[in-house]
Amino acid sequence: MILDAKIPDGPIAEKWEKHKFNVKLVNPANKRKYDIIIVGSGLAGASAAATLAELGYNVKVFCFQDSARRAHSIAAQGGINAAKNYQNDGDSVYRLFYDTVKGGDYRAREANVYRLAQVSVNIIDQCVAQGVPFAREYGGLLANRSFGGAQVSRTFYARGQTGQQLLLGAYSALNRQIAYGKVQMFPRTEMLDLVMVDGKARGIVTRHLVTGHIESHSAHAVVLATGGYGNVFYLSTNAMGSNTTAIWRAYKKGAFFGNPCFTQIHPTCIPVSGEYQSKLTLMSESLRNDGRVWVPKAKGDKRVPRDIPEAERDYFLERKYPAFGNLVPRDVASRNAKLACDEGRGVGSTGLAVYLDFADAIKRDGLDKVSQKYGNLFEMYAKITGEDPYQSPMRIYPAVHYTMGGLWVDYNLMTTIPGLYAAGEANFSDHGANRLGASALMQGLADGYFVLPYTIGDYLAQNPGPKISTDHPAFKESETNVRATIQKLLSINGTKTVDEFHKELGLLMWDYCGMARNAEGLQFAKDKIKALREEFWRNVKLYGENEDMNQTIEKAGRVADFLELGELMVTDALHRNESCGGHFREEYQTPENEALRDDTNFAYVAAWEYTGPNSEARLNKEPLEFENVKLTQRSYK
Amino acid sequence: MAGNNPNSTPMNLTLKVWRQKNAKTQGQLVTYNVKEISPDMSFLEMFDVLNEDLLRQGQEPVAFDHDCREGICGMCSMYINGRAHGPEKGTTTCQLHMRKFKDGDTIVVEPWRANAFTVHKDLSTDRSALDRIQQAGGYVSVNTGGVPDANEIPIPKPIADKAFDAATCIQCGACVAACKNASAMLFLSAKVSQLALLPQGKVERKTRVENMLAQHDAEGFGSCTNIGACAAECPVGISLDNIAMLNREYISAKATSDNIG
Amino acid sequence: MSWFTKTFSSTIGRKLLVAITGLFLCSFLVVHLIGNLQLFSADEGVAFNAYTYFMTHNPVIRAMEIVLLLGFAFHIYEAVVITRRNQSARSVKYAVNRPEQNSNWSSRNMGLLGTVIFVFLLVHLYNFYFKLKFGEVSLDAAGNKNLYVIAVESFSHWWYVALYVISMIALAFHLIHGFQSAFQTLGLSHKKYTPAIKAFGYFFSIVVCAGFAAMPLYFFFLY
Repeated sequence: MILDAKIPDGPIAEKWEKHKFNVKLVNPANKRKYDIIIVGSGLAGASAAATLAELGYNVKVFCFQDSARRAHSIAAQGGINAAKNYQNDGDSVYRLFYDTVKGGDYRAREANVYRLAQVSVNIIDQCVAQGVPFAREYGGLLANRSFGGAQVSRTFYARGQTGQQLLLGAYSALNRQIAYGKVQMFPRTEMLDLVMVDGKARGIVTRHLVTGHIESHSAHAVVLATGGYGNVFYLSTNAMGSNTTAIWRAYKKGAFFGNPCFTQIHPTCIPVSGEYQSKLTLMSESLRNDGRVWVPKAKGDKRVPRDIPEAERDYFLERKYPAFGNLVPRDVASRNAKLACDEGRGVGSTGLAVYLDFADAIKRDGLDKVSQKYGNLFEMYAKITGEDPYQSPMRIYPAVHYTMGGLWVDYNLMTTIPGLYAAGEANFSDHGANRLGASALMQGLADGYFVLPYTIGDYLAQNPGPKISTDHPAFKESETNVRATIQKLLSINGTKTVDEFHKELGLLMWDYCGMARNAEGLQFAKDKIKALREEFWRNVKLYGENEDMNQTIEKAGRVADFLELGELMVTDALHRNESCGGHFREEYQTPENEALRDDTNFAYVAAWEYTGPNSEARLNKEPLEFENVKLTQRSYK
Repeated sequence: MAGNNPNSTPMNLTLKVWRQKNAKTQGQLVTYNVKEISPDMSFLEMFDVLNEDLLRQGQEPVAFDHDCREGICGMCSMYINGRAHGPEKGTTTCQLHMRKFKDGDTIVVEPWRANAFTVHKDLSTDRSALDRIQQAGGYVSVNTGGVPDANEIPIPKPIADKAFDAATCIQCGACVAACKNASAMLFLSAKVSQLALLPQGKVERKTRVENMLAQHDAEGFGSCTNIGACAAECPVGISLDNIAMLNREYISAKATSDNIG
Repeated sequence: MSWFTKTFSSTIGRKLLVAITGLFLCSFLVVHLIGNLQLFSADEGVAFNAYTYFMTHNPVIRAMEIVLLLGFAFHIYEAVVITRRNQSARSVKYAVNRPEQNSNWSSRNMGLLGTVIFVFLLVHLYNFYFKLKFGEVSLDAAGNKNLYVIAVESFSHWWYVALYVISMIALAFHLIHGFQSAFQTLGLSHKKYTPAIKAFGYFFSIVVCAGFAAMPLYFFFLY
């Protein structure tokens, strides 16, 4: 099936303006008749909820955390891009658009990306008006920095806590609507099913995480803003609770899943220290501005780093990429670190780390200057590892950080299910096969503040159907299914814990569907995942009953979904016989070991369709047409 | 298993953990022994190990709140050996590492205690009172769209920095937990100060402080007596100056606002 | 006037009253101390008794006496209300608590210190104020009531001196926290002045309390 993305006609710069004029409007008096459910309270969810409530809709917001403000957007460090050109350095909407499409290795939809760049400027205005304390210059105006190798300074930031400050801005707007009674907030409530009536999304079934109550909620439209699924790898920089359940259950109800295999792996994370490791911590990309990445030249060199003389060190990024050196893009840096470790030259007791050395920077700029720039990061590193990065080099290793894939959406951010929308990291997004630094926050807020409020109105203006009671058989059936699944999980009473399954799955995904993939490995992983899933449903061990708080039920439901999603990711990676962005197939590389795209055969979005519990997902394609950006090969030599 | 650290000998510890089935039942401290704990583990990873052990033995795992595990989401809590978030300064429980403890130590772990925070189960508490304080006025009343250009409101850097310092509060509730009076004044003051410092927030500063304090009091939090335990235990270093600013804001609002009710 | 009562029954409002009355009481301590320094003049109490006469007969002072009484009353009443509220804000206590790791003992025990001071106050008032007002007091050479001899007599008992000294130590700790705390409550915090206020508060607490404590010690040991 060829998917219609409903991209408006006309020149790219006019599409969004034109579309905003063409969308149908809901009469202000009628808005209060419509109910909208939003699942997730991060940047996309909170901003959409606040804005839709301001417009007059009745909004219900659900999150599994104990407060809307704990959504994982809060952990974003670096910043948010916007084409303000405040620095007068040649930035423009067009340049941000171009950089994003190119950075995504030409696997993003041009029209969406252009719109993203356009509304990026409004986001900053909005956040400042809310009281977000962005960094400022001494003159009182906003400061910018260049980020992730961009040639212009377009990143707005609030020290290393930009995500936190932006989320608190959206959270405050959300709170205001809660106080007005326009938003009803449901914390500690997890969506477990999407309810459809007459082919449209009409509500959700949830479980309250403290009481175990299964409840139905009905609405005229449902928005999933539940973030990414990086936790399929078990170890990632995602929060422990980040999960795929909402979008996965929507997928199983008919929403197509776009580009599931596109995963971003961030090169500078604190490496795994042991079996018990529960998550990985990101160290800001900015460290690569001054730190030099190296490993010993000899395999298995176990000397402490300062005993290894200069001549016996391999600064492999500087050696291979003299022009960009340590500042090559995330995917390139990550892959080369893996390569060095695969060769047996990794450092630390696990051999899965490379050094990031600041000795030269300290010698050149002095300790004070280095500590001014990176003091808080060094402190964080010391806290976690117990080692002093001023004395000996940091050890870093890549870790899963962001998933570009997600539910397929059209230009209106509507999935293939009418009335079901996906926003932020949960949709297959505007980032193509690789996301640029500081663009995730931009996309989440763009979707929530400036896109969904228009496009949902368009849908609601066109008769989404009458209010439906939660006594409707569709809700009752869904509740029954949800309860049955929980009972099933509780009744297995096997011998392996959920975490054990999750770790096994994560390792498979990391080894075979991580930084570098090949057909043989993917096929192997696919069979293994199937077997693991089968074992899960036979041998998983939970505790107790579905009453009160039972965190084993929460985990089991999420891991059950990861066990299915993992297979789809592998299927997608296996079918995409090219390398692009975060998807690196070893069979498809240039002689210089760079990603080799196949634009003739793979310039499309792979949108997978659920066909049943024991049958292969069906591939649908949305061809990508590039009318404004010329496709080129990325090179960082 | 630690990186370059050869001195990471595993530890055996005795844990005394508060177990409570739900809000309606009584709880008690239950003793567990955990073995082979690596000094490189975080405190919550040590709890993961305990929970896996309990589950394998057919016992109920300990419920505790946590999410980002990098010190920013504010979800983790735990009163560890008599201290909110444990013994290390400026650190959330998720960032507290076991190398701060010694082999053979006994560690007592309790939930946040305050009447405004009821215990859901074990170490998990209900902190929604803090959200309700935010809802009473912790915002600038602007709708999406129709706002001026971001650079039309210059803000002196020192003011912006001060507002940022206040805005970094992670709403974990450690200030309440550590306060002898179970007062949430440090938390409240952080939001009031942030918005009172910025020109955007000044418009509503009077009603904001009046309403937020009224909500704080209605939730049953205690009154601040300037003890300072809150700021000492705050994992992100929110300063007591914010409470002074809150008091100032309150006095001036009450003296000059039009609110006579 | 409901806004008024609401303001002063909020958590901040009540502690504002405690702070304002507290600072007022500090000013009383200064006046009281300076006056009582007359005890040290080597004239067998003539100056002290003259001062006592002035204090008990000047109409302004008499009026201020009522204000002072109100000051004490509000300070104590509001502090009791706040303390009770605060105690009820945490009904389940921690099994293990280490507050000494994050705060000063005096700041956590203002109620206890205040109670010691209150008990002292009752004894002190009974012994001097009530005796002067309602008791039989001899006259000195100048014809003033001889409060001086009462002081001398009282301070010849070791237990009485001990009560005074212990109470003044309690007062010192009460003030060390209370003085700077009052400024914080009034919102008077600034990085330029707060360190000076804290230093002065410390100095003030020690000097005033040492001054008061010196009197019983002087009479007990040296007179």
